[in-house]
Amino acid sequence: MTDTTSIEARPTLLTMRHVEKTFAGNVTALKDMNLTVREGDFISLLGPSGCGKSTALRLIAGLMETTRGKIEWEGGRSRDDLGVVFQEPTLMPWATVAQNVWLPFRLRGVAFAEVEADIMEALTLVGLENFAGSYPRELSGGMKMRVSIARALVTRPRLILMDEPFAALDEITRFKLNNDLLELKARIGCTVIFVTHSVFESVFLSDRIIVMAARPGRVIEELHVTEPYPRGEPFRTSADYAAHTRAASDALHIAMGEPA
Amino acid sequence: MSLTETGPAVAIVDAEEAARARKTKIEKIARWTLPSLVMILSILAWHFYVTLNEIPHYVLPGPLLVANSIFEDWSLLWPALLITGRLTLLALFFAILGGVLLAVAFTQSRWAEMSFFPYAVILQVTPVIAIAPLLQIYVESAFVAALLCAWIVAFFPILSNTTIGLKSADHNLEDLFTIYGATRWQRLRYLAAPSALPFFLGGLKIAGGLALIGAVVAEFVIGRSGTGLGLASTLLEASYRFNFGRLYGALILISIMGVVIFAVTSTISFLLLRKWHESALKRE
Repeated sequence: MTDTTSIEARPTLLTMRHVEKTFAGNVTALKDMNLTVREGDFISLLGPSGCGKSTALRLIAGLMETTRGKIEWEGGRSRDDLGVVFQEPTLMPWATVAQNVWLPFRLRGVAFAEVEADIMEALTLVGLENFAGSYPRELSGGMKMRVSIARALVTRPRLILMDEPFAALDEITRFKLNNDLLELKARIGCTVIFVTHSVFESVFLSDRIIVMAARPGRVIEELHVTEPYPRGEPFRTSADYAAHTRAASDALHIAMGEPA
Repeated sequence: MSLTETGPAVAIVDAEEAARARKTKIEKIARWTLPSLVMILSILAWHFYVTLNEIPHYVLPGPLLVANSIFEDWSLLWPALLITGRLTLLALFFAILGGVLLAVAFTQSRWAEMSFFPYAVILQVTPVIAIAPLLQIYVESAFVAALLCAWIVAFFPILSNTTIGLKSADHNLEDLFTIYGATRWQRLRYLAAPSALPFFLGGLKIAGGLALIGAVVAEFVIGRSGTGLGLASTLLEASYRFNFGRLYGALILISIMGVVIFAVTSTISFLLLRKWHESALKRE
């Protein structure tokens, strides 16, 4: 799926209006965040630790309540709307790969046999169709992450949240998973919000980069990566990529209060 | 692989790997033969120590005499063993029931935990041998009193381990369950319970041994008054009669019971965890 529609033309999925989160002890984790997520967006939240990017994600996930402001889902939110991938694979070690992917369905009371085809399809999408009966301990770090991604997309949610999913992986595996994630996005057309502290990853993956700063956590800039999808290895070495990386780095330096 | 010489068509194993394979094989055999050898040697040493020094049987009976006593007193020892066995297993059963139910109650309600956990601790730290005579006064049936004693000793490790286990679920998984709108029951069934399983099984292994200890202590204290409880009572009675053959016979049977309980609980634990838990995995 090549991206010919401009970002503004896509239908809105979710809107954050003046969202703030203050923790007990008067620590402002997130200050006045405004964001419109449109269908098909791949948004990266990029920033140093403490910039509130994980807080923003937890607020969108509904794991925390906003202190001020509103997060509105177009047409309301149901519990099927969201898939989440954490920094750790977060699999149940006592369950097989297929049973792990079954979890979102299982919690809705859907029997395994009813959704077996969906589970196998999700596993095929992440290239693990031959590991359905394996236990997580038998898989490598990258493969566990793929299971986690399969679990997040098996219900075809409207939005997938990813909280630094590849940060703990080696670079070769991370590059491979970055490529595969984009291919996956092209095939199923999902909307993704991706938290990262890697400039390179954010440029390679996303069409919108939200650069955030710490103390208090806030958005300071939004960059657009206009390179159309699908993006492959050639993009990593292109002049455009370098330019976008430079722009994102500069914004990040400003975010960290250093001269660019 | 070089193209020159591939060597004869034998399994390609270098010297180090061959040595490792040999060592594994030897270790496998030694795991059974060594302890058996130690046992045979100890029994022989015991036998010759007794016969050569002409130690009277009321000080230390020889292994032959003990074996003979077990054989001759079997009609007395077997029912006693059944009683002690029933006492131990029932105590363990109620310990599992009470321990797990209380642990679930504690993790479902912070208030319940705050209110009752201290008393579970008090029950545990008070020496059971000091409670046993009281139980004997208030509880009519000697068997029930002994059962209570053994239960008090056995239930705490299950309670405390299961409580920790139920709370030890991965926090991200907890969040995931929240996002997917899991009910309290689903959370307990699909997340807390499997997370608690290894902890519970650890508690079970300890509780199995403690149930037997509790049963023995209870029999010592409660079974004294001619109520004719199990093996420990028999042992105590035999000591009054200087029947040391029977005493050692009862002792050996008690210790075999302990070994069997340990073996059974360990096997259950292994079977339940072998597929996924670190403790039961074989390392390459």
